[in-house]
Amino acid sequence: MAVFIVRRSIGLIAVLFAITVLTFLIFFATPGVDPTRALAGRNPTPETVAAIKHQFGLDRSLPVQYLLMMKRLFISRDLVSYGNQALKVVPAITSAAPVTFSLVLGAAVIWVVFAILTGVLAVILKGTIFDPLLMILALIGISMPVFWLGEVANLVTQDRLHNTFLFHWVPPLGYTPLTSNPWQWFLHLVIPWITLSVLYIGFYARVLRANLLDVENEDYVRTARAKGLSERRVLLKHMLRTSLITFVSLFGLDFGVLVGGGALLTEVVFGLPGVGKLTYDSLVKLDLPVIMATVIYGAFFITIANALVDIVYARLDPRIRPA
Amino acid sequence: MPQPLLEVKDLRVSFRTEDGVVKAVDGVSFTLSPREVLGIVGESGSGKSVTMMSVLRLINDPNMLVSGEVLYKGRDLMKLGKGQMQEVRGDEIAMIFQDPMTSLNPVYRIGDQICEGILTHQDIDKPAARKRAVELLQQVGIPHAGSRVDDFPHQFSGGMRQRAMIAMALANNPDVLIADEPTTALDVTIQAQIIELIDKLKDDFDSAVVLITHDLGVVADIADRIAVMYAGRVVEFGAKRDLFYDPQHPYTWGLLGSIPRLDRPKASRLYSIEGTPPSLISPPQGCKFRPRCPHAFEKCMEEPELVSRVDKRDHLDRCWLDPATKRVTRYNTIEGGRAA
Amino acid sequence: MSVDGGTPLVEVDSLKKYFPIRKGLLSREVARVHAVDDVTFSVREGETLGLVGESGCGKSTLGRTIVRLLDPTSGDVKFRGRSIAKLGRRGLRPLRREMQIVFQDPYASLNPRKRVGSIIAAPLQIHGVGDRDERKKQVRALLATVGLSPEHYNRFPHEFSGGQRQRIGVARALALRPKLIVADEPVSALDVSIQSQMLNLLDDLQEEFQLTYIFIAHDLGVVRHVSDRIAVMYLGKLVELSPAEELYERPIMPYTEALLSAVPIPDPDLSDQRERIVLQGDVPSPINPPSGCRFHPRCRYMTDICVQVEPPLVDYGNGHLAACHHPLNVDKETLDRARVSERHTPAAADEHAKPEDPSGASQPVPTPDIQRSSVVRRIVDYSKRPEEQT
Repeated sequence: MAVFIVRRSIGLIAVLFAITVLTFLIFFATPGVDPTRALAGRNPTPETVAAIKHQFGLDRSLPVQYLLMMKRLFISRDLVSYGNQALKVVPAITSAAPVTFSLVLGAAVIWVVFAILTGVLAVILKGTIFDPLLMILALIGISMPVFWLGEVANLVTQDRLHNTFLFHWVPPLGYTPLTSNPWQWFLHLVIPWITLSVLYIGFYARVLRANLLDVENEDYVRTARAKGLSERRVLLKHMLRTSLITFVSLFGLDFGVLVGGGALLTEVVFGLPGVGKLTYDSLVKLDLPVIMATVIYGAFFITIANALVDIVYARLDPRIRPA
Repeated sequence: MPQPLLEVKDLRVSFRTEDGVVKAVDGVSFTLSPREVLGIVGESGSGKSVTMMSVLRLINDPNMLVSGEVLYKGRDLMKLGKGQMQEVRGDEIAMIFQDPMTSLNPVYRIGDQICEGILTHQDIDKPAARKRAVELLQQVGIPHAGSRVDDFPHQFSGGMRQRAMIAMALANNPDVLIADEPTTALDVTIQAQIIELIDKLKDDFDSAVVLITHDLGVVADIADRIAVMYAGRVVEFGAKRDLFYDPQHPYTWGLLGSIPRLDRPKASRLYSIEGTPPSLISPPQGCKFRPRCPHAFEKCMEEPELVSRVDKRDHLDRCWLDPATKRVTRYNTIEGGRAA
Repeated sequence: MSVDGGTPLVEVDSLKKYFPIRKGLLSREVARVHAVDDVTFSVREGETLGLVGESGCGKSTLGRTIVRLLDPTSGDVKFRGRSIAKLGRRGLRPLRREMQIVFQDPYASLNPRKRVGSIIAAPLQIHGVGDRDERKKQVRALLATVGLSPEHYNRFPHEFSGGQRQRIGVARALALRPKLIVADEPVSALDVSIQSQMLNLLDDLQEEFQLTYIFIAHDLGVVRHVSDRIAVMYLGKLVELSPAEELYERPIMPYTEALLSAVPIPDPDLSDQRERIVLQGDVPSPINPPSGCRFHPRCRYMTDICVQVEPPLVDYGNGHLAACHHPLNVDKETLDRARVSERHTPAAADEHAKPEDPSGASQPVPTPDIQRSSVVRRIVDYSKRPEEQT
């Protein structure tokens, strides 16, 4: 285990280094990017520009600039946004993270439960009309872009049907922290959760169904049947368990990506002040310090998620456990 | 003759495919007596495995068509409901498979997989089932069964896995054990161990055994009667000694002759059955072996029935040649063409 | 078939092939699979050497190392007297024309996306033989040689049965007119009736093209049928090497004896009569092979010396070598003549461990009846048998 953690940590550092350098280089290679202009405000005097350049270290060579930025990000933790100097990057991330986490965790629970139900149901109903029907539904779920679905959901729940008994409980867009009011937290997130999970339910249900059908041809499933086990037991104990191995590795990656800021569109559409929203805003403004911070945060979670997947994987499949 | 334990009557199994209907099993009938060892011999595609899987109704394919009767102690298994069939499987008729490497679920402990079968069919608690699992593993010759019971399949060698499969199959004292190529995937020395084990355990457990194999050498040891299958049909069926020393069907002769044998002087050239097994979608007219048979004559364009020999009621074959001709012509084939 | 005293085409000298097992942070080598461990033998031109053993004994690795699909860990392989163990890609190129390999699985060893014609033509193309039309002509001829129809040129592998695919594999191997073909379990995946067709084909081709075969198989019946000499391997070691017939009549190494007795005989009476030696246990791991004689944990003649000293390969005359402290089927006279074979001595072996060791610890087990352990040879008269019974 210790070796595993050490190896993963080394990997994480390598990934973070590579990705920050890359982000840094891309930023400065992008035409039209000049942080000084954003920092100095309108019509600055050359003196102001020089002063700001000096203050932010923008007059130094690129490697030095990179090191300075990393120092302010990790050591003094006082890196500020280029656009809004009141915005300290590190606290911005730490306050946005719980929002994203709430969104993704809830959606993940919904999508895992419903994807397993749909996938298993499709296999049970194989040969009937319901199997292809479920899979077409899943395909529709995959095909609907989340920003479109989100806007439609907003239109329906906030406007058209808001005053009917169906959706009068839906609060206005925004977010309430779990710690200040759990019920409001829940109400605010229900529609975003469903919206975000629809795509994943569709995708995961299809993957699971395909996996289950593959596993059905395995010899050990035949052995299980030959033992006289009921179909339900064969399906749930012998087929589902091994099919979940692929499911879990996909889930870990997707979860990592979403927690790392990949739920950007959902957050923007529903006005949730999460990491995705922060990323979105910083990208619009080409705000390097914030972009850098969100990129590091994202890479961190994806790497962590990868490591977790490996651990769960080993739990699910004894063959790859260390002897 | 004792009351048969298992009687298969005119079993037909076919699969609809894009290219046409594959007749995998085409009218197979046989009986199995209590405590008997029946060998079913045939090459790939002969329908030997499909026959026995269909007896247990283990094939789950929407494109499959089955007809015929499978009488087990007088009950037609084909007519049982799903639940009733599950009670038969693993309890009264158990089955082990060719590849022990893939036939055990890799994510569960060996012991748990054995217990699962016991708990499904017997009314005992978990500790008792576990105790039974350890006993069974001891019986099949797993050393240190008490601790190995908690191993995962990948910690067992191929031979040990097949032993574990046998333990699992015998867990509920079945009356019939179907062994589908149980030694094909194993090394010769391990193969000998497994055959010896099956031979011993069938007596300990009072089970009848159906041994499916492509290797006549394997059944020469432990079978009582042997059925030879070709292209979905039984072409010869009889007591072991009759089949080996007085084989009636040219395909059986060919099989006997094609094996490079250790018990004979080296042949300069092996006998070989020319051509390849026929298509099961559009099989040849008449006798299915006709296109490969060196003894075929006009009459073979008609389909021969599986009929008893005049002098031996329990030795059946599917061939138009008359017994005298057979006696004269088969020698060369069986002796691997050595005399030629 | 056999060319006695012919020049060796292949000489394998103290060949070792270990596979490292890496673990931990820095992928340190924590153990080694001793796949082939100090094997020495030679193959004469025009003969068939059978290589038998159970899975994991290293026979396939040995075959692949000889044709340099794998690089040896140490030791040497000579082809026509020239060392090829250390040749680079370029140096090997001309040799690839002379050495070919046929693989076991006819389903996995042909590229499913290529037409049969281009599979067989590939080696010709790579070595720049002829132009397009010339190659096409050759491929058609090859197809006919292996018993396929030249019209099969444009088909894909999946359109063929297992036996036919194996013929395609053989045609591909033959394309460059090699001298040596390593056949790695070429008939194991085939049905009995197809297997005999294949064996006969290999036999015909050997005669036609003056081929030398190294025939790897686990089926002793098949190996006996094709081989002039047979090498038995166990856990990476060569334990017995003998002319084919002699091996079956007079196995010296107890492992060979057990292997032979485990082969099922398709004859109920003979099967009943013969003494069966069922080896206990599994083949041990080649990562940590047993000390001394590697077979000792499963051997019924095992004594202390077998645990401590690795037996050398001893020449019992007539080209029959075996590595055993308790040789079977050897009379006193032969034993006196027996010498530790110089060319075949494993480096680790102790000269004092010869069977005539004065300490007496390694005296052979008395073998009152030479025939005892050999496979019973008897011919059943099929024309008479049934009448006798009735």
